[in-house]
Amino acid sequence: MSARVGVVLFPGTNCEHDVVWAIEHLGGSAELLWHGERELRGVDAVVVPGGFAHGDYLRTGAIARFSPVMESVATFASAGGPVVGICNGFQVLTEAGLLPGALQKNAGLKFLCETVECRVETTTTVLTNQADPGAVLRLPINHFEGNYVCDATTLERLRGDDRIVARYVRNPNGSLDSIAGVCNEARNVVGIMPHPERASDALVGSTDGAVLLRSLLAAASDTTSPRTALGHKVGV
Amino acid sequence: MRFEARVDVTHLPGILDPQGATVERSLPALGYDNVSEVRVGKSIRLVVEASDEAAARAQVDEMCRRLLANPVIEAYEIDLAELSST
Repeated sequence: MSARVGVVLFPGTNCEHDVVWAIEHLGGSAELLWHGERELRGVDAVVVPGGFAHGDYLRTGAIARFSPVMESVATFASAGGPVVGICNGFQVLTEAGLLPGALQKNAGLKFLCETVECRVETTTTVLTNQADPGAVLRLPINHFEGNYVCDATTLERLRGDDRIVARYVRNPNGSLDSIAGVCNEARNVVGIMPHPERASDALVGSTDGAVLLRSLLAAASDTTSPRTALGHKVGV
Repeated sequence: MRFEARVDVTHLPGILDPQGATVERSLPALGYDNVSEVRVGKSIRLVVEASDEAAARAQVDEMCRRLLANPVIEAYEIDLAELSST
């Protein structure tokens, strides 16, 4: 049975169908999870996709984090379930406190829409377990608030615990330490600014993102995950 | 009692403020070459009903911590004024 991935849909999300398409293209199954519902319907992994959840009003992700679905996502994450936030989804996960730091306006105050090179810095996360360490991936970025910041103590901890998941080869947005993605302590929650789902077929210019989504599918299929013991259905 | 709260949200010291930096760079072009430490923030106004000023302040402070500001990158200041009950 293929792994089932839930893709969270807020008002203003706009990358959900790209993620669903890419997951299915890579052999998984995917379904949308409406933000107003608490039920995760037994999915094996959750993606919080990109867009402008709740219009990005106040701050990116600030309103979205209070949506009912996010309580369930937090419970799922604390039970070890794989959770990935892409772009706006990364911003939502930091606002929700599931990932450290914050994403603020790009240093150059420009909306960036381009393909960048990112280096995979660790392969022991739910988004990188199938990638080669140090692999450089060409991935699209599409954001105004992608400038990662955190305090010095947090940065030290991220470095020391090998929790910087990916770095930009050439920093496009002023991110601290060129950070493109980070993970939580348990390594089952990952946030990343570039869009792997938009680089999962040769037709759109790069297939470099496919290895990341394949990693997520592998993590979602892992029946030894601790969440199995906590009553979440796996692979059903 | 009704209080008007003015909440000022700004970047924490030490966190790069890209908008403040851009404004600061543009001012010398207008002849203001003696300006530094420009910071751009948000101003949020709201009216809150509470039994007294302390209760109102405590509640607005909680709103700031939970929603209005992101303590990872932002600082906030609250200014409260009682509204006349006419």
